[in-house]
Amino acid sequence: MTTRRRFISFALIAFLVLAHGESIPTARAADREINVAAAADLSSALAEVAANYEKRTGVAVKLSFGASGALTQQIQNGAPFDVFFSADMDYPRQLVSGGQAEGASLYRYAVGRLVLWVPSDSPLDVEHKGMDVLLDPSVKKISIANPQHAPYGRAAVAALKRYGLYEKITDQLVLGENVSQAAQFVESGNAQAGFVALAHAVAPAMKGKGKYWVVPEDAYPALDQGVVLISRSPRRQDAAAFLEYVKSAEVSALLRRYGFSLPGSDK
Amino acid sequence: MSINWQAFGLTIELAVVVSAILLVAGLPLAYWIAFSRWRWKFLVEAVVALPIVLPPTVLGFYVLVGLGSRSPLGRWWQSLTGHTLAFTFTGLVIGSILYSLPFAVQPFAASFSSVDRKLLAASATLGASPLRTFFRVVLPLSVPGLVTGVALAFAHTMGEFGVVLMVGGNVPGVTRTVSIDIYDQVQASNYAAANTMAVLLLVFCFAVLTVVYGLNRGTRNAGAANQRTANQGSWTMGPVK
Repeated sequence: MTTRRRFISFALIAFLVLAHGESIPTARAADREINVAAAADLSSALAEVAANYEKRTGVAVKLSFGASGALTQQIQNGAPFDVFFSADMDYPRQLVSGGQAEGASLYRYAVGRLVLWVPSDSPLDVEHKGMDVLLDPSVKKISIANPQHAPYGRAAVAALKRYGLYEKITDQLVLGENVSQAAQFVESGNAQAGFVALAHAVAPAMKGKGKYWVVPEDAYPALDQGVVLISRSPRRQDAAAFLEYVKSAEVSALLRRYGFSLPGSDK
Repeated sequence: MSINWQAFGLTIELAVVVSAILLVAGLPLAYWIAFSRWRWKFLVEAVVALPIVLPPTVLGFYVLVGLGSRSPLGRWWQSLTGHTLAFTFTGLVIGSILYSLPFAVQPFAASFSSVDRKLLAASATLGASPLRTFFRVVLPLSVPGLVTGVALAFAHTMGEFGVVLMVGGNVPGVTRTVSIDIYDQVQASNYAAANTMAVLLLVFCFAVLTVVYGLNRGTRNAGAANQRTANQGSWTMGPVK
């Protein structure tokens, strides 16, 4: 190799090493962070909670959203999360009985609500007709979250069965990998109607872009949403502190703003 | 343990349709890449190679949003067919064609370029039109490349996941391919079912590829032999080897 090429190679490698120097983890206090796994319906609400918390305490909250079932899977297989916000209580309980989560930390942080959502330019009068709009001939595809691993999907199927519509529209169902993807299918106009979280309907991304009908609570098993601390987390103290913050009145008010009900209240 | 044969049938159907279309549509494109002398040809080659580097989520995103009911293209499609591209088998076919394009076109073009130019010149001096030369000289000598391209496109489509996840909607019998089904089973903690499907897919793809490459072995030898014979016979140009 010529001297010039040798020099360039050395400079390149040195540059790459130095550029990565920043990301080498050090135990500085200012760099504390926790890894949070959260159900897809929390994508807007929890982002705001995390931002507030970081401003207040300096602890960074890194969020990963997905279907509750998928996240449970990952945690069971060793994913390095510290806290898990599910969209139901069963998945956290599964983790507790499997030893991956602390039973004592299990807390019902919110109750989710299911809505039937259509884009604003849709001719369907979902706000007054509710479920009946699904029988309209213009409805070709109805999006729901995959009921196999998403609580909102299970709720949607339960509601459809309750209204006697499931058999009729089962061929028109398209499944989102999680409730966010189900929301995205209908928001982009590819599905004409979709069952999404109320949290999605009132979040900035979808607010004002559509009309929705809140599915009555008695039509589906309550979406009691639980949070747990992960047992083998090395950041247990910071994770527990974050969980305490989530139980505060400030966060309850924020969650209510995003369409969640708080357990014990009448909303 | 139930095996989702419907998903298997659907996936094979998708792979066959996509490979067939890529064989027909890929030939003209590969021919142009191999024989054109346009100075900006490298731009086209880069575009053809894009699907190799781009994550399938990019393609899925564009099919969903760029060709969805909000876009002009999507609305045109909808007026033709009555529904959007997403959640349909056709949507998967189109996405897969784009996704597997370079896997077919690049081997095609490479094998066209490796045909001895003297043979093409000989064919021309004997009065054959470029098209006739293509079908009578170039194609027969490029069979190994064609087989490789089709096999790769087939295998690549069998294993497709990202695009199907983005635009498929997981409709059983329509867009629920084997890769999606395995993913679903894993997410539902049905490891046994996931394993069965995964092993079946693995064995099937391996079998197909072994057959294809095995046959190709014979063809390649025959092709090389043809080329040698042809070289010896081309008395019009250069010394006989």
